[in-house]
Amino acid sequence: MINKTAAQMADALAKGETTSVELTQAHLDRITAVDGQVKAFLHVNTEGALAQAKDVDARRAKGEKLSPIAGIPLALKDVLAQKGVPTTAGSKILQGWHPPYDSTVVSKLKSAGVVIMGKTNMDEFAMGSSTENSGYGPTFNPWDLTRTPGGSSGGSAAAVSSFEAPLAIGSDTGGSIRQPAALTGIVGVRPTYGAVSRFGLIAYSSSLDQAGPFGRTVLDTALLHEVMAGHDPKDATSINAPVPAVVAAAKSGDVKGMKIGVIKQLQGEGYQKGVQTRFDESLQVLASLGAEIVEVDCPSFEYALAAYYLIAPSECSSNLARFDAMRYGLRTGDVDGASAEAVMSATRDAGFGREVKRRIILGTYALSSGYYDAYYGSAQKIRTLIIEDYAKAFAKADVLVSPTAPTTAYKIGEKVDDPMAMYLGDVATIPVNLAGICGMSLPAGLADEDNLPVGFQIMAPAMQDQRLYQTGAALEAALLTKWGAPILSKAPELKGAK
Amino acid sequence: MALPTYDEVIAKWDPVLGLEVHVELNTQSKMFCSCATEFGGAPNTQTCPVCLALPGALPVVNEKAIESTILIGLALNCKIAPYSRFARKNYFYPDMPKNFQISQYDEPICFDGYVDVEIETEEGPKQFRIEIERVHMEEDTGKSLHVGGATGRIHGADYSLLDYNRAGIPLVEIVTKIVPGTGKYAPEVAKAYVAELRDILRGLKVSDVKMEQGSLRCDANVSLKPIGSDVLGTRSETKNVNSLRSVERAIRGEMIRHAELLNDGKKVKQETRHFQEDTGLTRSGRSKEQAEDYRYFPDPDLVPVTPLASWIEELRATLPERPSLRRKRIKEEWNVPDKEMAAMINADVLDIVEATVLLGADPTKARTWWLGEISRIANEKELPIADLAITPAHVAELVELVAKGDLTDKLARQVVEGVVAGEGTPSEVVAKRGIKVVNDDGALMAAIEKVCAEQAETAEKVRGGHLPAAGALIGAVMKETKGQADAARVRELLLGHLGQPI
Repeated sequence: MINKTAAQMADALAKGETTSVELTQAHLDRITAVDGQVKAFLHVNTEGALAQAKDVDARRAKGEKLSPIAGIPLALKDVLAQKGVPTTAGSKILQGWHPPYDSTVVSKLKSAGVVIMGKTNMDEFAMGSSTENSGYGPTFNPWDLTRTPGGSSGGSAAAVSSFEAPLAIGSDTGGSIRQPAALTGIVGVRPTYGAVSRFGLIAYSSSLDQAGPFGRTVLDTALLHEVMAGHDPKDATSINAPVPAVVAAAKSGDVKGMKIGVIKQLQGEGYQKGVQTRFDESLQVLASLGAEIVEVDCPSFEYALAAYYLIAPSECSSNLARFDAMRYGLRTGDVDGASAEAVMSATRDAGFGREVKRRIILGTYALSSGYYDAYYGSAQKIRTLIIEDYAKAFAKADVLVSPTAPTTAYKIGEKVDDPMAMYLGDVATIPVNLAGICGMSLPAGLADEDNLPVGFQIMAPAMQDQRLYQTGAALEAALLTKWGAPILSKAPELKGAK
Repeated sequence: MALPTYDEVIAKWDPVLGLEVHVELNTQSKMFCSCATEFGGAPNTQTCPVCLALPGALPVVNEKAIESTILIGLALNCKIAPYSRFARKNYFYPDMPKNFQISQYDEPICFDGYVDVEIETEEGPKQFRIEIERVHMEEDTGKSLHVGGATGRIHGADYSLLDYNRAGIPLVEIVTKIVPGTGKYAPEVAKAYVAELRDILRGLKVSDVKMEQGSLRCDANVSLKPIGSDVLGTRSETKNVNSLRSVERAIRGEMIRHAELLNDGKKVKQETRHFQEDTGLTRSGRSKEQAEDYRYFPDPDLVPVTPLASWIEELRATLPERPSLRRKRIKEEWNVPDKEMAAMINADVLDIVEATVLLGADPTKARTWWLGEISRIANEKELPIADLAITPAHVAELVELVAKGDLTDKLARQVVEGVVAGEGTPSEVVAKRGIKVVNDDGALMAAIEKVCAEQAETAEKVRGGHLPAAGALIGAVMKETKGQADAARVRELLLGHLGQPI
């Protein structure tokens, strides 16, 4: 059962062939069997999940109208607040915090009857691209346990690719859904900025953060997307418009007559050979399905990485100021006579990891008077230029495409001491965040040199998320025919698995 | 050197003012969440994930607060920005849950306005125009209570308690441009400005404007320059100025303190100072020499404020009469002498008197009641007049009862006492207490005869034409009839009884 897609599981539930309790238990068993090696989860809420499953089964038995994915288990990135369930954002500074409220995403999942099995590992406060910056140790890539699953939503991606969960939720500030999806051979979508409520999503960089779905197929991902998206009055930046028809698009999957733009700046030099090969092949597949492939020029993308690494740290330096030991979370140094300032300082020193401190310091500097214009101000101008580049490109093409990441999954520890090398891995995903548009990564096959998954990225204009699914579904179907079996069937068996 | 006198200060130095007024809006909910704003709740009962800055919580702007701020801007003759943004002011302090304050920085919602104020001088009334630099929105902080230590200050305290009920209450900050040219009147102009602001805000019904509760707070910036010079001196900023009188005292005190330093050839430190209500002096607070870097940047959690021009015009149309014009109108319409007008303003009864007049009461009578008997009771009880149980409707009814002859002034005072004691409306009090004017001449004659018999000697004096002696007899008759008689009628009957012309 756990090897099926979420859509198939939903079908089985609807037909009464299985129950949510059975399905949830099967996944909890899988977690028990393999998560000791993968370490996708920080917290497994066994009792809560089974209670939720039981409730959905009861509602189904009563004949209540349920959402299409009611009863399906899910893994939740630990960046989203869930009432009464430990929520840490991967940071020691929040160890032991039990939120007294649900994030809007969690409320929506609960009311849709989606079973939340637990909280997944992540780079601390979503700052990182390998999940190695977690305060609780790394997550391992199910394709090769010596490698990272990418990040920052590495736990969620690994949970889905190791069949510990059919669906998962991540957040994407600079590629944190799409890059781990690429590195673990699954589908991940970063919806349009403002499409999914950020209320209860622990902020890294408010103007870039966006939660989104993971699945093993384009349709599964669309089913989750539809449930989690929608306007929320509790988030001022939430878009007040209907959710794009992503499920319908995922079911149609037709690219005939579509114009697909290849971004000149996001390929070639710096991209692993096997990555480029699978990308080029996918383009040919799309062309063979009747799409028109055009090349588009986005000259400002050259500065995207620099702009991102000024804007995101600037916002985080302010967003993370609230972790001060006064009201919740870790408190250290509270010895006789210590001032509030001393306790704040000691706690932040002990609770934050190196990368978080690095970005807080960077951002504090970038916002300082006298430097603001040169750093934060310039970065905002680049952001405007990137938005203009996209506008011009979308005038020529319905969707834009690129490899999701320049390389396949790298070894744990390989880039940990070289932040610049790590940051370069985000070069193809970051422009989407800066422009506030939407993007998808889906598997394009395995790189010849290392047999590891390669991600194909699709980008669409704001609130045109359905185009991602339409294009992705077409490519997915054609590739499946070509390969004969889903890509995950080629992943090595995990020890301990039945 | 001795402290210079105020006259010595102004003979040599020219003061320049700058006033920042913080106003707590009286919205039902906080600036960025739906928590209640009521004053005086048990600590931390009016809080939620948003105003406690729990991880993941997001602010959403209170539209009513924007409306109130635009109203304030319009009333202060400001331009209203079609596009303005909130910014984060970053600094760490335990009573500020997010460790940044959401405020407005270089894009305030209202800017470039003015307020005209008038003060009384020995040469007659004098007008000053105070130019407004900006009116912007921000959120209040929580409150720290420092426990232990002698002074209630953080220094020397054993520990501190935090109450976040106030965190996130909408605040509007009204900042003047520098105010030059007030000369020796600087303290009075500042006081008049704050008073005018208070009246404008009260008229708009956007704030409780209670300085003693902190819903209106003034920071006064003062500097001195040599008379005739164009070069501004170093300013000090005095906080904690919690009454109109304190505004005047604080500025006067700072002018004297600055002059003393400057006369000695010393420098004024640019710093924050705290006003001491008891001494009228200021003490040094935080030094501003090393300006704090607040790292302002636009708040990415909030969208720009973009009020439609049509909405602004709708709001403009609802603006009430400007307080200074209203005072002028009322003074003329009711024909109030200067002194009485000033008394009404000082006692803060203009609104309540006007409400009474609007209910049909004679303006002079209404004013006399509120300013006289009712003010006296309020003083006695040490309560604001508005907190007494008596309303404009009660007073209007009372005035009518007296006019009809149902009550004498003296009886009416008993009725006021009853209304204030919560016994009901004037008619109800009259009924309950059995108060009525004794109009029965027979009963009065019996009392007069009794009194004349008891005080035969006095009665003889009156009979002999010594009329001033009648007062004592009338008083005794009134006492005899428990004050329910009409004193005028008693006088008529008494004088008739004793054979004197009426």
